[in-house]
Amino acid sequence: MALPLHATTGERIWHYTFLLICVLIFGFLIIPILIIFPLSFNAQPYFTFTPEMLALDPAGYTTKWYGEFFSSSTWQRAVRNSITIAIFSTLISTFLGTLAALGLSRKEFPYKTAIMGLLISPMVVPLIISAAGMFFFYSRLGLQGTHIGVILAHAALASPFVVITVTATLVGFDHSLTMAAASLGSSPTRTFFRITVPLITPGVISGALFAFITSFDEVVVVLFVGSVNQRTIPWAMFSGIREQISPTILAVATILIIFSIILLTMIEMLRRRNERMRGLSAA
Amino acid sequence: MAKKMSQSNTSSEPLKTADGVSLKVSLNRALRRRKITALLLVTPLFLFILLTFLGPIFDMLLRSVDNKIIVQVLPKTVSQLAVWDASTGELPDEAVFKAFVEDAKIAAENKTISRVGKRLNYEKSGMSSLFRKTGRKLKKFDPDKLEISYTDLVLGYDKKWAKHETWWLIQRESGKYTSSYYYAAVDAQIGVDGVQRKPDDQRIYMKLLKRTMWLSSLITLLTIVLGYPIAYLLATLKTRTSNLLMILVLLPFWTSLLVRTSAWIALLQREGVVNDFLVTLGFIGDDGRLAMIHNQVGTVVAMTHILLPFMILPLFSVMKTISPTYVRAARSMGATSFTAFRRVYFPNTVAGIGAGGILVFILAIGYYITPALVGGTSGTLLSNFIAYHISTSLNWGLAAALGTILLMVVLVLYILYDKIVGIDNMKLG
Amino acid sequence: MKKVFTQTALAAAIAVGSAGFTTASAETELVIVSWGGAYTASQQGAYHDPYMAANPDIKIINDDSAAEGAAKLRAMAEAGNTTWDLLDAEAPSAIALCDEGLVDEINHDKDLAMAPDGTMASVDFGDSIISPCFIPQIAYSFAFGYRNDAFDTPPTAMSDVFDLEKFPGKRALEKRPDTNMEWALIADGVAPGDVYDVLDTEEGVKRAFAKLDTIKDQVVWWTKGAQPMQLLADGEVVFGTSYNGRLFEAIEVNKQPINMLWDAQILNLDGWVVPTNAPHKAEIMEYLKFATDTQRLADQSKFISYGPLRASSAALVGKHGELGIDMAPHMPTDPVNMKTAFAYDFEWWADHKDDLAERFEAWLISG
Repeated sequence: MALPLHATTGERIWHYTFLLICVLIFGFLIIPILIIFPLSFNAQPYFTFTPEMLALDPAGYTTKWYGEFFSSSTWQRAVRNSITIAIFSTLISTFLGTLAALGLSRKEFPYKTAIMGLLISPMVVPLIISAAGMFFFYSRLGLQGTHIGVILAHAALASPFVVITVTATLVGFDHSLTMAAASLGSSPTRTFFRITVPLITPGVISGALFAFITSFDEVVVVLFVGSVNQRTIPWAMFSGIREQISPTILAVATILIIFSIILLTMIEMLRRRNERMRGLSAA
Repeated sequence: MAKKMSQSNTSSEPLKTADGVSLKVSLNRALRRRKITALLLVTPLFLFILLTFLGPIFDMLLRSVDNKIIVQVLPKTVSQLAVWDASTGELPDEAVFKAFVEDAKIAAENKTISRVGKRLNYEKSGMSSLFRKTGRKLKKFDPDKLEISYTDLVLGYDKKWAKHETWWLIQRESGKYTSSYYYAAVDAQIGVDGVQRKPDDQRIYMKLLKRTMWLSSLITLLTIVLGYPIAYLLATLKTRTSNLLMILVLLPFWTSLLVRTSAWIALLQREGVVNDFLVTLGFIGDDGRLAMIHNQVGTVVAMTHILLPFMILPLFSVMKTISPTYVRAARSMGATSFTAFRRVYFPNTVAGIGAGGILVFILAIGYYITPALVGGTSGTLLSNFIAYHISTSLNWGLAAALGTILLMVVLVLYILYDKIVGIDNMKLG
Repeated sequence: MKKVFTQTALAAAIAVGSAGFTTASAETELVIVSWGGAYTASQQGAYHDPYMAANPDIKIINDDSAAEGAAKLRAMAEAGNTTWDLLDAEAPSAIALCDEGLVDEINHDKDLAMAPDGTMASVDFGDSIISPCFIPQIAYSFAFGYRNDAFDTPPTAMSDVFDLEKFPGKRALEKRPDTNMEWALIADGVAPGDVYDVLDTEEGVKRAFAKLDTIKDQVVWWTKGAQPMQLLADGEVVFGTSYNGRLFEAIEVNKQPINMLWDAQILNLDGWVVPTNAPHKAEIMEYLKFATDTQRLADQSKFISYGPLRASSAALVGKHGELGIDMAPHMPTDPVNMKTAFAYDFEWWADHKDDLAERFEAWLISG
């Protein structure tokens, strides 16, 4: 991207204009997220910067919105629900999704595109349609308004992410490795656990993280399939925004952003590890 | 088995395995076994998705044509009406009225009559109140004290019963299945003289579908315009720097949708950060604050922000594969940098634009949360109406029909996506 | 590192999982569905807290989805799996739910407490028992509030809301045909007594929409009671309709620069309905007997400015719990406020809501 030495003036101008445009777009991407941090410490119950805040006057800042979040039983219940639902739906979708990805990645698999298309469809079908369908169907089964109903729904929504990430790990998977292990007298089970598992683990974990965040972030389906006992953080935020916009929502948002940063770091580490491992297997 | 195979492969023996089975048979058997294992691995998830996801979707499709309520609640009326010839333009005979009074009296006591009214009200405004009113009166009615004909009794309850159209409507909707929700979903209605469009001030859904398509296209276009330079920058920078800058794309991608929507509320509202900023700089007066939320601007800005990473990531992965030598070659042959870009680089990225574009468009036309929070009335999309019919108006058949139409649009795009990118090549992050 | 991660994750899963699923122990959880915000808070203060204090084995869970109450109740009934014990409903929707058999009929005299002087409940509640399923709680009204810093001469009549020239700025109205269509007709010169006769005709409906058209592009539509308060507080709008209790809260408790405009307030009733097949029918009837007695209904007015519907409670309405101000002048039923009050016809709306809701949505989307 560096400018060649022989660049003309026009090219120079264009180059810097281009960089400026990029900076602006990056700003568009990231400023809305960064802006939440200071606003969540606003001493006034508004969504904007007060003069005191701009003057960096300590009186303009407060941590009381965080206090409200941690002391409110509604929010704490929402946190518990979000984590419970996300963990169980992650376990289900990761287990089923990984198995399916192992099957799908075999060359012999028949009707691969069609089956894959169906398995990935929960990711593509608009959430409102999934939510509507599940609302009617789960109601009939008596699953509407239960933890199990929401967990199953989220597991269904999350499994495509696991299938995709694990399949992606297996694309670079060197099948000669399992062959080699087999030819050296390793049993299929042993081959699976000694060769396949270590190779796909990064993919499985990053798939699981995707599944976790899918469930953790999901609001449309839980609004329909859940009832007050399944009220999750996004649900509480949704009704909070619709009803009373209090900076507590921004405090929650800040905590969630920090949470995303942690997850993002984990995924990045896994991705690099995966690349390293694949580099090894190719060598 | 595999062990034996590899042995027989390495030896130059004729086509027999160690146990004397022909290699072809043995290979076929092995292949079949591997096929079955592969299928067995996929089966659990397949069944799971079938039960928890495809089942519900199918159930919803059924609901869009389901019409049991009328024949269930008014069975005698329905069978009597079956022999009535509506084309004569005359009211049905006494037998129909008698059957109706009997059905409706039971229904009024079971409290199911208002459900029939509600159902028919979707076809003709005014039916709901007609059935409610009639139900209340029939509850008190004692058949032993009837001195007039059933026809006169019912006609006396409300003048709408004297309308040919009312009975025609019940007859028309007496089947177990109906197509009328789909007609309603395209702003049409079945009149006595065939299908007509609804009067202009009562058309909703085609307008909404058009608006949803238009806003989604606009958002897709915006993500292309904003995403392309970023993807280009990231793809051409040194890996170290681009990895660092990639965080700026991935962080929004990983941040909760509701967090980002609340951020836009804080930024765009009248007393929000952007307006405050503009007022402080003197661009606008304090009373000239811009309305950027609760309208289409809010929906477009917030959704563009939310969907932008979905455009940048596929574009980036395509651009990453374009060797810089192509452009260099073009330059060395005398092309200006613009020509080199336009003739050499850009054509190579079209597939990426297609992939990202379809992905963003698919996601955009199904959006519900963001338009509901920042869209106001002019910025709401078809999804919001599906939600409205499920939770407020309770017209579930129409919600299902609208959902099915939306699903069909998505399916077409999904197939298109498969043709361009291939579903198995879908990548994340 | 990896091992540590999986172990902690597993431990967390088990801990959280068990925490999530073991809440249903010896105590009975009653799910009560209401409107959220200040209103639920007032019920919590006046009914739930004292009841739970007296009955330690009962735990009351608030669900704020009364706005989608009918939809969810119908879905639950269809599935034969009702999980709600009690629903707070406005009069027209209570009538509709009762007609559809989704809520149970009540024997008011048997199921509810007598007044302290021995008056039977049905007499004490009087005309407010508008349906055999309806257990009245409070009278409230839809009224306008306005920013008192927005105009030099403050608005005095409801029709000023429709006057964009004298009173420019955005208005927050509820996204529903009822109330708005009545106001539009009154502002258009229809005598309050004739409003429903006019609305019964196609021309009347068109006339109401035509009047609403004049302010349409200046309207922000709200769906939850707290939204207009937020919009008024943020200065996003200069006028806003809301329930009078929410306006009271914003004006008197939160000291927002908002004034009441009582003119043409529309009175409505609010009460409880018991879902058919409620999971804890016996417990909830026990609760209702307590929560709708004379003292409890009067207590609610300590928290919010809604008028209790028992005649015997009216005399007990006193001062606000925290502010210590007299509540009577803030009640919609106060004679001064009642002067131009408009009587909302719930029967009429129970019959016509479906028809007009559809028209209203079409109108919103058009143009």
